[in-house]
Amino acid sequence: MALAFSPEANDQIDAILKRYPTRLAALIPVLFVAQRTFGYLSSEAMELVAARLDLPPAQVISTATFYTMFNKKPVGRYHVQVCKNISCYLRGADEVTSCLSEKLGVRPGGTTPDGAFTLEEVECLAACGRAPVVQVNEQYHEWQTRESAAALVAELREKAGAKGGGV
Amino acid sequence: MAAVTTYDHLLRDKHGKDYRDLAVYRAAGGYRAVLKAKELGPEAVVGEMKKASVRGRGGAGFPAGIKWGFVPKDTDKPKYLVVNGDEGEPGTFKDNYFLSHDPHRLLEGCIICSHALGIETCYIYIRGEFFQQIATVERAIADCYKAGILGANSMGTGKRMDIHVHSGAGAYICGEETALLESLEGKPGQPRLKPPFPAVVGAFGCPTVINNVETLSTVPLIIEHGADWFLGLGVERDGGSRIVGVSGHVKRPGLFEVGVGANMKDIIYELAGGILEDRALKAVIPGGSSCPIMTPDEIDVPMTVDAVRDAGSMLGTCGIIVIAEGTCLVRCLQRISHFYAHESCGQCTPCREGTGWLARIVDDIEAGRGRQEDLDMLLNIADQIGGNTICALGDAAALPVLSFVKKFRADFQAHVDHKGCPHDQPLPGWTRP
Ligand SMILES: Cc1cc2nc3c(=O)[nH]c(=O)nc-3n(C[C@H](O)[C@H](O)[C@H](O)COP(=O)(O)O)c2cc1C
Ligand code: FES
Repeated sequence: MALAFSPEANDQIDAILKRYPTRLAALIPVLFVAQRTFGYLSSEAMELVAARLDLPPAQVISTATFYTMFNKKPVGRYHVQVCKNISCYLRGADEVTSCLSEKLGVRPGGTTPDGAFTLEEVECLAACGRAPVVQVNEQYHEWQTRESAAALVAELREKAGAKGGGV
Repeated sequence: MAAVTTYDHLLRDKHGKDYRDLAVYRAAGGYRAVLKAKELGPEAVVGEMKKASVRGRGGAGFPAGIKWGFVPKDTDKPKYLVVNGDEGEPGTFKDNYFLSHDPHRLLEGCIICSHALGIETCYIYIRGEFFQQIATVERAIADCYKAGILGANSMGTGKRMDIHVHSGAGAYICGEETALLESLEGKPGQPRLKPPFPAVVGAFGCPTVINNVETLSTVPLIIEHGADWFLGLGVERDGGSRIVGVSGHVKRPGLFEVGVGANMKDIIYELAGGILEDRALKAVIPGGSSCPIMTPDEIDVPMTVDAVRDAGSMLGTCGIIVIAEGTCLVRCLQRISHFYAHESCGQCTPCREGTGWLARIVDDIEAGRGRQEDLDMLLNIADQIGGNTICALGDAAALPVLSFVKKFRADFQAHVDHKGCPHDQPLPGWTRP
């Protein structure tokens, strides 16, 4: 089935276009709209964005592939991202990662077979004063330890089971 | 130990007020500086900024008033203000405060700057991971449109003023100002050659001012209290107070507002409570991960752009990373070197290739595969990256390597001699607050 933006998404895109003097400048915000709508940026989603903004598909691909927050393949409904950078490392981020990895049963970079969780190690999240930091979807969880990470997984599992959905 | 004076001019978290709320912000005097700036007139506003000697808070320390002065007055083109809220330098978490808790301060600074320089459109570029902060700033902007602070007749000044948030999408390089402009324009974040400087050819080919979130957030204070007052909080040629962030092995990590020139050692031991487990101090990275590492006997310095440079490092973003004795510095450098290798935009060969080589050699040394000649090889490669790239990411990758290996060579040598990491002491413990 061909992908399409919902009427609401289309309205959002119209509002985004008004903010900039060029159509190209709307690309990154519109890619976010597409990612929110379709879960990740498949080639079809990128083609749809190119058509909607009247941009060459190659331009869309070149921008989409440059930025790490644009997922080119599906990620779990809960995208669990642990900061591995210096300030978090110093306060035990590796312990947090290994606990999350054990509890979720996946290595960093992996997604659980049920598609509920993707675990990833990421770079500094700019919350270093409350290290170690874990980001789950749009939410930061600070001051993480082995114990708090285990509790976090339990909580997320419950939510995932209850709603069968993300966020 | 001298007592460090802290302030609550910028860092107002202890006030117990929700400054995100426009009414609360206004009740504390908010948006009055816009009207005062109008009375002063554009030239006097730029004059105050120059006199206040605000050095850019984004890392490079360029005087903000002078930057504002570079924007051409007579031009047919639109002019833009672009706010750098990319906050990507590891160890830096101060702009997060303004975006999370005091967004109107930033907006007021943007309005004053824009009115003074004849700018009608401002973009606030915020790193994409900051979903909550983006929502907070967008709410504050919407409230300003409703209240007539933004829009066709911004605060009755007869001037149009629009502010938009532009989300980043996960690329450290987009903190570099010209990469940020590319990203704003919808392209991959690859830095531009300078000159031309953004003040002349910036966003969409038009004159553009780019300032850091904290830099612009100081502006309402300067206009409200006067340049002399602000300057007096700091030192000559480096005025004001700024927000220092302390992370790593300290008992009380966090943000502290101090006058420019406060002593680094006192900040670590007094404000941040000293070292975890009362261990000895091993090393300090003073201003975000790209700044050369310092030994304990180098940190008794005033935190000014010039003094920290004279001490052999950089003030950077004032994000102090503290490392306790017993920590393996090869492992620390691994984190830093992998970061820069991952974040290199790939445009310049010395950086694209060199940052990867550095990371792999540090990996080898940590894993016990290091050869004696690798130590000098690290220095050699770092030397060849520094200064040979379009933007300063190359230097940001080279400086940690050069300083770690030169100042803590024994740590690296021990790995080569032991054919592995000789550190087995656990990282210092801490309890959740
Ligand atoms: C690799 C690199 C990354 C940077 N990242 C940031 C950043 O995250 N935030 C920031 O404000 N400045 C950053 N800068 C500095 C900007 O290029 C620029 O100097 C700054 O935004 C100017 O604002 P200021 O004068 O108010 O500090 C970075 C520079 C480089 C070379
Ligand atoms: S190093 Fe982890 S948030 Fe900055």
